[in-house]
Amino acid sequence: MKATTIHAKAHVYGDHIDTDRIIPGKYTKTLDLSTLADHVLEDLDPNFNKIVQQGDILVAGINFGCGSSREQAPLALKQAGVSVVIAHDFARIFFRNAINIGLPVLEIADHNIQKGAELDIDLKAGIVKDLSANKVYSATKLPDIMIDILNEGGLVNYLTKHGNYSL
Amino acid sequence: MGQTISEKIISKHVGKKVFAGELVISDVDGAMASDTTGPLTIKAFHEMGGKKVFNPEKCALIIDHAAPSPNERIANLHKMMRDFAKEQGIRLFEIGEGICHQVMVENQYVKPGDIFIGADSHTPTYGALNAFACGVGSTDLAATMMTGKIWLKVPQTIKINCSGKLKEGVTAKDLILFLVGKVTVSGATYQAIEFSGEAFEGLSLASRMTIANMSSEMGAKTGIVHPKGLQLDYDFEAITPDEHANYVKVFDFDVSDLEPQVSAPESPDNVHNISAYEGTKIDYAFIGTCCNGRLEDLDIAAEILKGKKIHPDVRMVIAPASQSVLLDAMKNGSMSTLIEAGASLITSGCGPCVGTHQGVPADGEVVISAANRNFRGRMGNPNSNIYLGAPSTVAAAALEGYIVNPKKYLL
Ligand code: SF4
Repeated sequence: MKATTIHAKAHVYGDHIDTDRIIPGKYTKTLDLSTLADHVLEDLDPNFNKIVQQGDILVAGINFGCGSSREQAPLALKQAGVSVVIAHDFARIFFRNAINIGLPVLEIADHNIQKGAELDIDLKAGIVKDLSANKVYSATKLPDIMIDILNEGGLVNYLTKHGNYSL
Repeated sequence: MGQTISEKIISKHVGKKVFAGELVISDVDGAMASDTTGPLTIKAFHEMGGKKVFNPEKCALIIDHAAPSPNERIANLHKMMRDFAKEQGIRLFEIGEGICHQVMVENQYVKPGDIFIGADSHTPTYGALNAFACGVGSTDLAATMMTGKIWLKVPQTIKINCSGKLKEGVTAKDLILFLVGKVTVSGATYQAIEFSGEAFEGLSLASRMTIANMSSEMGAKTGIVHPKGLQLDYDFEAITPDEHANYVKVFDFDVSDLEPQVSAPESPDNVHNISAYEGTKIDYAFIGTCCNGRLEDLDIAAEILKGKKIHPDVRMVIAPASQSVLLDAMKNGSMSTLIEAGASLITSGCGPCVGTHQGVPADGEVVISAANRNFRGRMGNPNSNIYLGAPSTVAAAALEGYIVNPKKYLL
């Protein structure tokens, strides 16, 4: 993991944001990943790609990333500058994909983070400080293998270094 | 302590008895990617230093999501897949051969008791075969193709027990829509589902695939149909749960009075009895997909449309799940019945399901579809509305121009 502390603004959306809304299927057939950012969340909030700033934080409710297995979903968010996604919980394939491509994801079941909140995040400790509401949350701990993959910056780097999985 | 089907299959693969919550690295029996996930898989495979896939016989690539290619960008990605398949000696299923999940089952890439990893979220479809099958993304799949392994957390299992037999005119799709409505789109996240009980025992393999397919719509890691009543044309060892297996949740339903079900926009779990939507005018009817594009689905639609014409304000698209389904439907006459009724036949593959190319609905249009997903924008236009139903429901709606209970055509 490169930066382990993040200070940025939260963009907050609701529950069940599916992968079709994160990046519609019609834009996924490409290896030019920069084009994904132009369409990120466009069916949910057509303004998102204009207002998102490098390093910003995406915050959502339950079941974020449900639907397809497309890795283009976390890639589109990462390309658009999102540094971490916080949700009440995640759909499992999205969760694995995000870790695999090096996009940190934090599961905080009881967060009440509001739009525009300033957050201070310690990724290593999984601690999120909501400076706007003066609240502190701690995220569900990841399985060790996921921490190792994230620490290497993603699964490609992990396997390049280790050649195989190890527990 | 007793084990669930998933715990048993994983234990067999890791060589020791494991239970829910344990982290394992397991051998896999097969791996596949489609043209949505394949190109990124190949890129990641090279980036992680992959030279040879772990076993060419156990890997497959399928061109189904945008097949044939609608533009030069996608044509180039398809070429990349063909080149990789040749170089690695793995089989590539060409445009028109069918949807990944259908061809994996037809060509026996997956069998009972296997662990199969697919870079597509509907990989749990193979739970119909009493296999443990999970969807992953491209980088995970690249790692599996390189190492022959996957890391997994052994999932907890939800048991869904359905007693009673489905009424005449009510199908496996109605049953699974009903269950998705009850369990909800996130009700089984990270967990496995076991489907058991009388309602599943008499189902064909095709119907079991419809059931297992939509465990994805409950967020499940995998969904396995109890093998009781499963008939295959080869011998297999059925994996059944132990009597005292540990379930995180058990649902019990008596489905003997179940009516046809419809999922309304814009989430698969927005499910109600068909009566709630009867009279909804439709513009476009679609039968196909890994959920309901098989022979029995085309046959039931043909039974409803035989000797009739679809409504003049409706267009109807049929995408058979595979070439072999198409050939069978040509041989038994269902395909000509559907075309004579006014349906339009397109290449076997995903077709309009995912909005990549063919059959995108217009603004404000209403679609009745035999697919598994109706998220906003799913078919390529966020300003259209998608209702999901059984192939029988789709055919009856195509005929009348609005959603109607298909049972009067089937009794
Ligand atoms: S038919 Fe639809 S749901 Fe099935 S694999 Fe293709 S795009 Fe996915």
